[in-house]
Amino acid sequence: MTSIGADPGAGGSVGASSRPPAIQLIDIVKRFPGVVANDGVNLTVAHGSIHAIVGENGAGKSTLMKTLYGAHQPDEGRIVVDGVERTFKGPRDAIEVGIGMVFQHFMLADNFTVWENVVLGEEPGNPVRLDIGGARTKIRELQASYGLDVDPDALVADLGVGEKQRVEILKVLYRGARIVILDEPTAVLVPQEVDALFDSLRELTGEGVTVIFISHKLDEVLKVADAITVIRAGRTVAEVLPSSVTAHQLAELMVGSELPTPETTESTVTDVVALELDHVTVPGEHPGERPRLDDVSLKVRKGEIVGIAGVEGNGQTELVNAIIGVQPLAGGRIAMEGEDLADVPTRRRREQGLGYIPQDRHKDGLVLDAPLWENVMLGYQTAPPFAKGIWVDRAGAHDRTVRVIADYDVRTPGPDVAALALSGGNQQKLIVGREMESEPKVLVAAHPTRGIDVGAQAAVWDIMREARKKGLAVLLISADLEELIGLSDTLLVILRGRIVAQLDPATVTPAELGSYMTGATGAEEGRP
Amino acid sequence: MSTTTLAPSPATPARVLKTFPRWAVMGFGGLFVMFLLSIAAEVADAPDLTSSGAFGAALRLAVPIGMAGLGGLYAERAGVVNIGLEGMMTMGTWMAGWAGWHWGPWAALVAGAIGGLMFGVLHALATVTFGVNHIVSGVAINILAVGVTRFLAEQLFTGEQGASASLSPPVSGDMPQFSVPLLSDLFGWLEDQDWFFISDVAGFLKGITTDLSWATVIAMVLFPITGYLLWRTAFGLRLRSCGERPSAADSLGVPVYRMKYVAVMISGSLAGFGGATLVLQAGQFREGQTANRGFLGLAALIFGNWRPGGVAAGAGLFGYADALQLRSDEAVRGLVLFGALALVSAALFFLWQRRTRTAAILGGLAVVAYLAYLNRPDWFWGAWLYESADSLTIDTRIVFMTPYLVTLLVLSFASQRLRMPAADGLVWRKGQVE
Amino acid sequence: MKRKLTYALAAPALAAVVSLAVGAVALLLAGHSPAEAYKAMWQYVDSLDSLVNVLNRTAWYYVAGVAVAIGFKMNLFNIGVDGQYRLAALLAAALGAALSDLPGFLIIICVLLCSMVVGGAYAAIPGLLKVKRGVNEVVSTIMLNSIATGITALLLARYLRDESVELVRTTEPLPEKAWLPTWEIGGAELQAWVFFAVAIGIGFYILLQRMRFGYDLRMSGQNPAAAKASGVDPNAMVLKTIILSGVVAGLIGMGPLLNEFHAFADQFPTTLGFTGISVALLGRNNPIGIAIGAFVFAFIERASQILNSVGVPQSIGRILQGTILIVAVIAFEVVKRYAAAAEVRDAAAKAQSRHDAAPALGATA
Repeated sequence: MTSIGADPGAGGSVGASSRPPAIQLIDIVKRFPGVVANDGVNLTVAHGSIHAIVGENGAGKSTLMKTLYGAHQPDEGRIVVDGVERTFKGPRDAIEVGIGMVFQHFMLADNFTVWENVVLGEEPGNPVRLDIGGARTKIRELQASYGLDVDPDALVADLGVGEKQRVEILKVLYRGARIVILDEPTAVLVPQEVDALFDSLRELTGEGVTVIFISHKLDEVLKVADAITVIRAGRTVAEVLPSSVTAHQLAELMVGSELPTPETTESTVTDVVALELDHVTVPGEHPGERPRLDDVSLKVRKGEIVGIAGVEGNGQTELVNAIIGVQPLAGGRIAMEGEDLADVPTRRRREQGLGYIPQDRHKDGLVLDAPLWENVMLGYQTAPPFAKGIWVDRAGAHDRTVRVIADYDVRTPGPDVAALALSGGNQQKLIVGREMESEPKVLVAAHPTRGIDVGAQAAVWDIMREARKKGLAVLLISADLEELIGLSDTLLVILRGRIVAQLDPATVTPAELGSYMTGATGAEEGRP
Repeated sequence: MSTTTLAPSPATPARVLKTFPRWAVMGFGGLFVMFLLSIAAEVADAPDLTSSGAFGAALRLAVPIGMAGLGGLYAERAGVVNIGLEGMMTMGTWMAGWAGWHWGPWAALVAGAIGGLMFGVLHALATVTFGVNHIVSGVAINILAVGVTRFLAEQLFTGEQGASASLSPPVSGDMPQFSVPLLSDLFGWLEDQDWFFISDVAGFLKGITTDLSWATVIAMVLFPITGYLLWRTAFGLRLRSCGERPSAADSLGVPVYRMKYVAVMISGSLAGFGGATLVLQAGQFREGQTANRGFLGLAALIFGNWRPGGVAAGAGLFGYADALQLRSDEAVRGLVLFGALALVSAALFFLWQRRTRTAAILGGLAVVAYLAYLNRPDWFWGAWLYESADSLTIDTRIVFMTPYLVTLLVLSFASQRLRMPAADGLVWRKGQVE
Repeated sequence: MKRKLTYALAAPALAAVVSLAVGAVALLLAGHSPAEAYKAMWQYVDSLDSLVNVLNRTAWYYVAGVAVAIGFKMNLFNIGVDGQYRLAALLAAALGAALSDLPGFLIIICVLLCSMVVGGAYAAIPGLLKVKRGVNEVVSTIMLNSIATGITALLLARYLRDESVELVRTTEPLPEKAWLPTWEIGGAELQAWVFFAVAIGIGFYILLQRMRFGYDLRMSGQNPAAAKASGVDPNAMVLKTIILSGVVAGLIGMGPLLNEFHAFADQFPTTLGFTGISVALLGRNNPIGIAIGAFVFAFIERASQILNSVGVPQSIGRILQGTILIVAVIAFEVVKRYAAAAEVRDAAAKAQSRHDAAPALGATA
């Protein structure tokens, strides 16, 4: 049994029988109010291997990992590390045993430097004196052994996404981790950065470190993993080798049935331009910085979905904010249905038919402590059915909310429940329903299916296609390449604030798309 | 592999400043301010402006504000906003009055710190353990502290010799004072020479080395200690991490709740200590002694960009303004002239940065300040400034308002360029990811 | 519903119990009998004339609480109500006296309007500073309170003073026709201002719960980012809210002015603003809660007045008030979290049972 795709010099092959497995999780059960997140999960990770855990959102992967790195204790089951059974009362216990966790959402203090973030909690020196020089030296030593190039004195706020990830990995290595867990490490990376990460991972296993990584990106998993465990609905359903399984089979194991595939259907694109950006420029945050949006021009027609692909942080947020009206422009114009939005405040834009599904539903989309009916009003609170003149129309708001709940399958006891009581997926469905029910003319959808399960995702896609047939114009920003390729009529790529490519979703490949997204402009072929 | 590259930054004034070490910039700034003061002292014929007496008084008056500000620093660097500094200081004044009366000045200092500490614990309990909004808790503590102080004063001071419900008996014994040998005399001699700028600087140096009480010395020493503690020790790194990204600290095993408790307790102790210094300066406890100094300390913290050096500078500024009020009319008017000069310099600085609108506003204010300086009671629009038509004494109520006006002005121009700890004021619960 | 009631009452009940206990401890340490002290307090209040007095004060504190609560609902800490109301009261009193030739009701209207305008205008200062310069309103309003003290003292002493009175500094008194009526009940005078306070409370409720502006205000307070995306202009919201808070703050002094003192003098009440803050926090910023909080504070204040005559320090009342406040504030937080967690559990359970009954879309929990 050999591992697929490993470079000859990788070392540490799967199934080397001299050492016990690095990790064994036996019959782990973890319950939360209302749900059993882990219902008898088993996991065996061979020493020095790259082991992938796959499952869809909500399958229980994150909960399992939290148990493994000590954030909480399982209700039942055993944890065995390097042949010795352990209990972890907190992350410190796990760290002591050599387990290090690299989070999907980076746990870094932006105002601190790299070295401050890395040594926090395990500072070199004595209580009276922090050995700053020693910290830098140690970090450079790690960098020499494992790669991971980043300046120890740089301020984290100034780093890019890939660099921040390297800091996170340095954090765990600095603490002597021999078992490194990565939670969805490629979620914000493009294919080329993913390859760089996988190279780093192989360097790690080359030095005898065991790597566990969680993902739902099956092609990547097949590329780099030595072994794969599939989790579904809180249970282990399969333990496979990449050589013996295809991506499609893996997906079926994950979901338990046929995956819904994005389809291309008959074009509904009309000639009427609903949203137009004309040489739009948004300045950099500080004087001297490059503009966040640099001479961006695009058109979205009625009945068209325009997808914007790009690595996070290349101007998508500013693009969305400029259209919504919370970001002032330094140049150019934005027009909706022909009308220049120059002095039109956000309120009027919403009133005139601009719908918005924000990227961060908790931050921009919902008021968590407020009841659902007040949340459904959000964005539409100045007109019927939610308002009559200067008064709030409570009955109207309730009626609309009840309809949204019914039509969009929002699981909730009723319209008076606070939004925080809903699960993430239901919250997202509520937001989608809220926007769609108000029959917008232009919809700006930023990562509309982020964090919701596959079934709900498919439902949202269908809703958007239906609305598109009726003439809705959609600007879709997403990091889910499948979503972009499946839904878009036109696919644009944004890089450093500029639109650098317009691609045909029907023929583009993920590698090609990734290449434009990182600026390699498709000149070189992506790695197999 | 980085996917974005930053263009090389142009040489803006801000970046030019950054190339020098912080202490050099502050030192140069201090000398420049002294230079302006010297000019103002000459032109307005107000030698008091740069006299050692004024600076000595400024230092004494700055101490309580500085202690409150330093207290605020510890709390906010750990992520907890402490509006209750005023209440903690108030408790400190009562404890100092009571302990000082019984056991002398040193006991007063210790007791004052303990008094502030007690309310610090309460604030930590409310905000850290129970997750109450920081400002709400602070306001409630201020209200409670006043009530408790009143009650205790009524209980323990009424009926005593020279005391009442709002006054304590005098502190028994004085805090010993000393002057730095040699240096104090040297600076005094330099000051007497009346040489432009040099004598003024000497006045400053003599002021901070002469007739220092031990309380003042302790207060001064606490600043560099704080700088070292927070930026050069593991404890300090962990404390600051709680105010920047508590969930990251928590994931690395830093005991966030405990650190916040410690920080807020230190915060309360320092505020209480500051209150004790007030009592020592006045010789007794008086109701209302703190006179909003807790809030001025907060203003100094913001003005100082959450750094000990900045807090000291801010406290010094307020102390100086306070000191001059009490000295002479010429001094007050000289200060107004200094204000005009400072505003002009600031306007020029912003002009260099090409922020013309700010420069214009500052320039306009400079003109107003200069006109105010030139003002006389018989000028038609100046009558309100003076007590009556034939006196040059500025109305006491106007003088009373000056520190607050200055604070407001400083905050108006400084607030936007400041960087507070990223998680300051955040109500953080274990398990929360922000 | 029953559970909601339990939650609503749990925190205040806890606060009351703890503060009485703390007060008892303080009394014991001071060598007095808590039982006797509390009994004396209760007996003093337990009379019609005391109740009338308490109601009058409740009205004063209530208006202050509403003014502060308007800001709190938007996460704005308008600590400056103190300065706003004193300045407004002084200028309104002077204006009213100057208009003494007009008919009574007209004078009253002008006085009320003046107080509202001055309060709103003075509150606009920290509002503008916050919106244009990013100055934290807590610090700026505290500074402005002291500045207001100076300005009122200056104006009163130099420009608005009634020269015919020598011993105290006061504005000229309002003519009797401009006095709000009182009604004699049980030996005390019930002030008409009580009804004004009720009207202000009703207006507060309508604004918050029934008007679009109130909706925008509450949403901005709870989640500024989401409110902004929904079309609320954050800067305009801050300004409007703080000015509205100042407008109501201006009215705080109108009860004392029109119904009791009829002039602005040195002994005009000066701490109503801070009591308003306490009362708003106690009442969790809602119209009925603030009324209850105001009543509690007024009750304690009245009850404490008898204490001196039984040899107990009057400031026990302040301790009771302060303790109630801090305990209530903590208890509210605890109950809120508990209730929210319960709501999440409930919703998950009900949703799960519905889901089990009618599976759809193959979604996992």
